[in-house]
Amino acid sequence: MEGMSTIVKKITQLMAGLIFLYGIYIILHGHLTPGGGFAGGAIIAGAFILLILAFGNSALNLKKEVAGSSNIESVAILMVTILAMMALLFGIKVFFFNFLPKGTPGELLSAGAIPLYNIFIGIEVAGAILTIFLALVIFKEESSK
Amino acid sequence: MDALIPLFVAIPLISAFLIMLLGKLVKGFHRYFAPLTLLALLVMAVYEFSGLGTSSIQYTMGGWAYEGGFPVGIFMVLDGFSALMLCIINLIGFIALFYSLSYIRKYTAEGNYYALFCLIIAGMNGVVLSGDLFNLFVFLEVSVISSYALVAFGVGKTELEASFKYQVLGGLASMLILLAIGLIYWKTKTLNIADVRNVLDSGYSKPFYIFIQVLLISGFGLKAAIIPFHAWLPDAHSSAPSPISAMLSGVLIKAVGIYVLIRLFFNMFVFSHEIAVVITVLGTVSMVIGALLALIQWDVKRLLAYSSISQIGLVVMAFGMGMILLAKGDNLPVASLAIAGGLYHLVNHAVFKGLLFLNAGALEHRLDTRDLKKMGGLAPVMPVTSSTSFMASMSISGIPPFNGFFSKLIIIIAAINGKFYLLATLAVVVSIVTLAYFLKFQRFAFFNKSPGKSLEKIKEVPFPMSFSMVFLAILCLALSLLAFPSINDAVLRPAINVLMQSDLYSTTILGL
Repeated sequence: MEGMSTIVKKITQLMAGLIFLYGIYIILHGHLTPGGGFAGGAIIAGAFILLILAFGNSALNLKKEVAGSSNIESVAILMVTILAMMALLFGIKVFFFNFLPKGTPGELLSAGAIPLYNIFIGIEVAGAILTIFLALVIFKEESSK
Repeated sequence: MDALIPLFVAIPLISAFLIMLLGKLVKGFHRYFAPLTLLALLVMAVYEFSGLGTSSIQYTMGGWAYEGGFPVGIFMVLDGFSALMLCIINLIGFIALFYSLSYIRKYTAEGNYYALFCLIIAGMNGVVLSGDLFNLFVFLEVSVISSYALVAFGVGKTELEASFKYQVLGGLASMLILLAIGLIYWKTKTLNIADVRNVLDSGYSKPFYIFIQVLLISGFGLKAAIIPFHAWLPDAHSSAPSPISAMLSGVLIKAVGIYVLIRLFFNMFVFSHEIAVVITVLGTVSMVIGALLALIQWDVKRLLAYSSISQIGLVVMAFGMGMILLAKGDNLPVASLAIAGGLYHLVNHAVFKGLLFLNAGALEHRLDTRDLKKMGGLAPVMPVTSSTSFMASMSISGIPPFNGFFSKLIIIIAAINGKFYLLATLAVVVSIVTLAYFLKFQRFAFFNKSPGKSLEKIKEVPFPMSFSMVFLAILCLALSLLAFPSINDAVLRPAINVLMQSDLYSTTILGL
C-alpha cells in the first residue's frame, strides 16, 4: 500500500500523538466521565489506522504487525478474565468482585478495580479493531496482486 | 457449588484465548488443551445436574443483588431446565471436539478452529445460564458470530456463500431480538427475566406485548430455523465442517433458539392462547414441510439439515401443545406430558442428529463427496460408520427400542389426550416420511451396489472419529431408558417442573 501526499503525512504526524493521548485520557477517566474502555480503545486504534493509511506499508510488514496486535488482544482479554476471577483466589466466591479499596468518588484513583478493567478492555478493543483493519488491508493487497 | 456457575462461561473463554496465544508457541497445544477443557466442563455440568434436583441456584455478578428491593445486578440462574441444556451442550461439544482431532487435520489454521469452538461453547453456556435479557443477547451473539466464522472455515465458494447468507439472516434475527428487548425495557424498566415477569403479573397492555412476542418469535424462529425462517439452515449446516454441523444442528439451534423461546414464553410472558396457537402452527408446518423437503435431497448433509428442521418442528409443536393447554388452564397432566415429550425429544435429537452429522463427516472424509448417487456398497468396508448410522437412522425414524421411538410416542399420546387429533396424525405421517428418507440414505450410502469405483482403497475412519460415533450410538440406546418413569422423574422432572409452574422461576429468584 502506498502512502499519501506530504501534507497528509505532516498533519498525521502532528495529530496522531494527540489522538493517542486523547484515547488514553478517555480510558483512564472511564469511571468518572462518559466513555471508557471501549470508546477509548476505538480512538487509540484510530490513531494507528491513521498512521498506516497516511504512510503506507508493505503487506509483509503488515503481517508482522497483525500477529503482534492479535497477540496483544489475546493477552488483554485473558487479563480481564483473570481480574474477574481474582476474588476466587482470595476465597470470595464472587465473580467480578471489586477487591481493591474504593477511594473517594470523583478522584482519578478510585472505584477499586474498575479502572483496571477499563485499561485492559481499552487494550483489547484497540488490538481487535487494529487486527480487523489490518486483515482487510492485507486481503486487499494480496488480492490486487 | 455456587462458584462453579460463572466458570461455565469463564473456562472456555480463557481456554479459547490461551489457545490463540500458546498455540503459536507450543506445537500441538490446542489438540490437547481444547478436549481437556470440554471434558472438565462436561464433568462440571454433570456434577451440577446431579446435585441440583428440583431446586435452583441464583448467582449475582460482583455481589450486586438487590438495591431497595429491585434486582440491579446481573443474575445467572441454574435450574432444572438450564442444567439439562448444559449437560447436552457440553456432552455434544466434547464428542464433536474429540471427533475433530482427526477430522480437522485436512484444514489449515487448526488453532483458530479450536479457539472458535471454545467460544461457541462459552456463548451457549452463557445463554442457558443467563437470567438477564441483555446478557442473554450478548452471549447469543458470541456464539452465533463464532458459528459464522466456523461455517466459512473451509473458505471455498459454497462455504463463503452459505456463511454470508447465514450472517445476513442471523443479523436480521439479532436486530429483531434487540428491538424486542429494547421495547420490554422501555415498558417494564427492567431487564431481569424474573423481574419482567413480576411487572407483567401486575397488569400489562395486551396488544403491545403481543407485538413484542411476535418480534421474539420471528427473531428466535430465525435462530431456530422454524419454517418460514429456515432459508439459511440447509446451506449453513451442510457446508460447515462436519463436527461443526453436528454442533450447529445438534446443539446451537436448540440452545439459542428453542431454549430461549421456551424460557421466555413459559417463564417471562403470561400465557396467551393466540401466541400458543401461533407457535404450535409454526412447529407443525416446519415438521411437515421439512420432512417433505428432506425426501428429495441427494446431498447427505442437506438431507440431514432438512431433517433437523422437521424434528425441531416436532419439538416446537410439543411445547406449543403444552402452552395451549396451560393457557386454557385445564388438563394439566396432559400439558405436562406434552412438555415432557418435547424435552425428551430435544435431548434425543441432540444425540442422534449429532451422530448422523458425524457419520456424514466420516463418509465425506473417506470419499470426498456428499452426493448419495456417488456412494454405495460401503457397509462391508466401513462397518463402524455403517452400523452407527443405521442405529441413528432407526432412532430418528422412531423404531423401537431406540430413544426416538419413546419420545415420539409420548408426544403422540399427549396430542391424542389433548384432543389434537390432526397434530397426532401428522406426527405419525411425518414419522413414516422420516423413515422413508433415512432408508434412502441407508440404501444409497451403504447397501446399494457401488457405482463402479473400487472400494479396496477405502478404509474405516481413525480411532477418534469411530470412538465418538460409537459413544453416541450407545447413548442412542441408553437414552431410551428415560422412558421408565423412575429414571424419567430423576432426569427430566426438574426441567418439566420449571416449565409447568411458570411462576416459580420469578418467585424463587426475587425471593417473594
